[in-house]
Amino acid sequence: MLEIIQDYWLTFLIGQYPNGPLGGLAMTLIVAVLSILMSFPIAIGLAVARSSTWRWLRLASACVVNFVRGIPLLMLIFWCYFVIPIMTGYAVSGFWTLVCALTIYEASYLSEVIRAGIASIPKGQTEAARSLGGSYMLTVRSVVLPQALFNVLPGITSQFISTIKETSLGYVIAVNELTFAANQINNQLLTQPLQVFTILAVIYFLLCFLLSRGLSAIETSIRRKRGLL
Amino acid sequence: MDFLLPADQMALLLGGVRTTVLLFAIAWVIAFALAIALVVIRATDYRPCRWFVDAFVAYHRNVPLLVQVMFWYFGMPELLPETIRFWLYDHNAEFCFAVIALALGSAAYQAEDIRSGLRAIPATQFEAARALGCSYLETMRYIVVPQALRISLPPLVGRALLLFKNTSIAMAIGVAELTYRTREIENLTFKTFQIFGIATVLYLIGTFSLMALGSWIERRTTPGRKEHRNA
Amino acid sequence: MTAAIVSLDHVNKWYGPHHVLQDVSLEIGKGEVVVICGPSGSGKSTLIRTINALEPIRDGKLLLNGVDVHGKGTDLNKLRQSVGFVFQQFNLFPHMSVLDNVTFAPIRIQKRPRAEAEALARELLAKVGLAEKADSFPGFLSGGQQQRVAIARALALQPPVILFDEPTSALDPEMVGEVLQVMKSLARDGMTMVCVTHEMGFAREVGDRIVFMDQGRIVVDTTPELFFDAPDHPRIKRFLSDVKGEH
Repeated sequence: MLEIIQDYWLTFLIGQYPNGPLGGLAMTLIVAVLSILMSFPIAIGLAVARSSTWRWLRLASACVVNFVRGIPLLMLIFWCYFVIPIMTGYAVSGFWTLVCALTIYEASYLSEVIRAGIASIPKGQTEAARSLGGSYMLTVRSVVLPQALFNVLPGITSQFISTIKETSLGYVIAVNELTFAANQINNQLLTQPLQVFTILAVIYFLLCFLLSRGLSAIETSIRRKRGLL
Repeated sequence: MDFLLPADQMALLLGGVRTTVLLFAIAWVIAFALAIALVVIRATDYRPCRWFVDAFVAYHRNVPLLVQVMFWYFGMPELLPETIRFWLYDHNAEFCFAVIALALGSAAYQAEDIRSGLRAIPATQFEAARALGCSYLETMRYIVVPQALRISLPPLVGRALLLFKNTSIAMAIGVAELTYRTREIENLTFKTFQIFGIATVLYLIGTFSLMALGSWIERRTTPGRKEHRNA
Repeated sequence: MTAAIVSLDHVNKWYGPHHVLQDVSLEIGKGEVVVICGPSGSGKSTLIRTINALEPIRDGKLLLNGVDVHGKGTDLNKLRQSVGFVFQQFNLFPHMSVLDNVTFAPIRIQKRPRAEAEALARELLAKVGLAEKADSFPGFLSGGQQQRVAIARALALQPPVILFDEPTSALDPEMVGEVLQVMKSLARDGMTMVCVTHEMGFAREVGDRIVFMDQGRIVVDTTPELFFDAPDHPRIKRFLSDVKGEH
């Protein structure tokens, strides 16, 4: 096992780069961060739409969210894989296919998390902002959303972790990420799958575990500063 | 259904549906039983037991399901005695390993859901029952578990949905379930939209049925539901 | 009486089948301190919430500084800047520091320069006796302190009138005094105040008028002297003895 790490650590980290395309853990992180950043504004939009007083807006948002949550991520990836080239007329790389699919998928899940956060804000908070003469938009932007997003930080963290894990499905459409790199290494070695996949699992574990611990530590310290603990 | 797909392809697709349903059903039953076992083990005072359960849960929460599936399918056979290995390869090893990986992963999450349901029951409920003369087991049976299950139900339904959708990951090791068959037929016919459209609708039927089942159970087990309906 | 700041003219409101405000008419002049009291469910909180349109009304006319509060073209956001509101549950913004709570409206709504808003906020915090808490978060303050900050927040818009909706009902008994003290000093400064409260000592000491409500109607609108010393209505007598029993 140590030998594999010695020989292939660079492949695990960055794939074939600089002699080939960037891959490995670096690519996994790029896809995950890009997807979550892109899904965030969409998720907020969907959540606000679903908490709005306009019926048709609530309904439209609910339809989108439930449709996406009703199908496997792999199906969504294949849809993006086939549909985006037809819609745009360009051949789209596996990388962007994966980022698009993850963005749509995570936006739906994240919007449910954020919606729960919005619902948890007491009515008195909006009333207080409105009684000071704040507009609906200002109230949502500076009173409701900051509290709602903060209250559901654990949920947001766990969606981020999910996104990192879901990037592994890029393997199926040959995106050069960590799982793909591990399979390449496994194919070169042929005889040590147990070791290779153990290393792969350990990398994911450390990444996700440490990240969730780190984020929850940050949250706790903010809570303490605000006297909410 | 001939206007959608030729009969032979339809048969292929429906075979995929059957495999998907089987993967889901078997994995769910194992996962639920295992989750309860994990909760019970975690509740003991013996420290190594708690560590074991925590490690089990942490592993399955932090490693992608696809990697777990690959680990079982590519890595695990090395550790198995030859006779078992050959027996497995003769008996649909892909399916077996996929079920194991799916079940273990879902069990870890379900155990967490059940445990937080139990923790949500205030200690005073337990004390009140004991004060009325209930034994420990009676208290659990009549007071704590029914309330905890009701709290855990929505997340458990969510887990079941995820498990159902995650069965598609088994295609990566060649289990011929719905997504696998969809790809296969698409490769044969290039009727991309048609075949993916059908598969998507089939998945939606599955997830929406599970959701409906979940809310039916929820309604059945909520006390005072009649009053609510009239109010 | 000078020109009325608040004027209600035959206001009616229903919650479903419940007629919660029945033909309510009331005029409040500049500098007046009006205490609204009555048994729970009498509609007093609803009444005060209609004055800044937190609650809609069915019919009648409600004027605030001469503006039709429930009129079609009324700019509610602008109107609400001219009336302070203090809630029973304080409703401070927990994600903002005390100072940011008080400067929120001047800076974000009135677009005043930060330095000016902060100077005013510090002045107001000093006035409610919490100058040293400016940089704390509401989560660290007691209920009484939070309510004093909420009063400072309502004052930050420098409104000509301020409404109090049971400002001491959610407080532990030992904290009621500090909030009433702040309210009394406001009253002495000549602020126009409408207070829904059960604090009869406060009503007697600083109230100019007592409005007694029951079942959605104004039963009596009189001076504290007449209200307390010669209650001529059986429901008022019962109310006063109930309130005494509470303390």
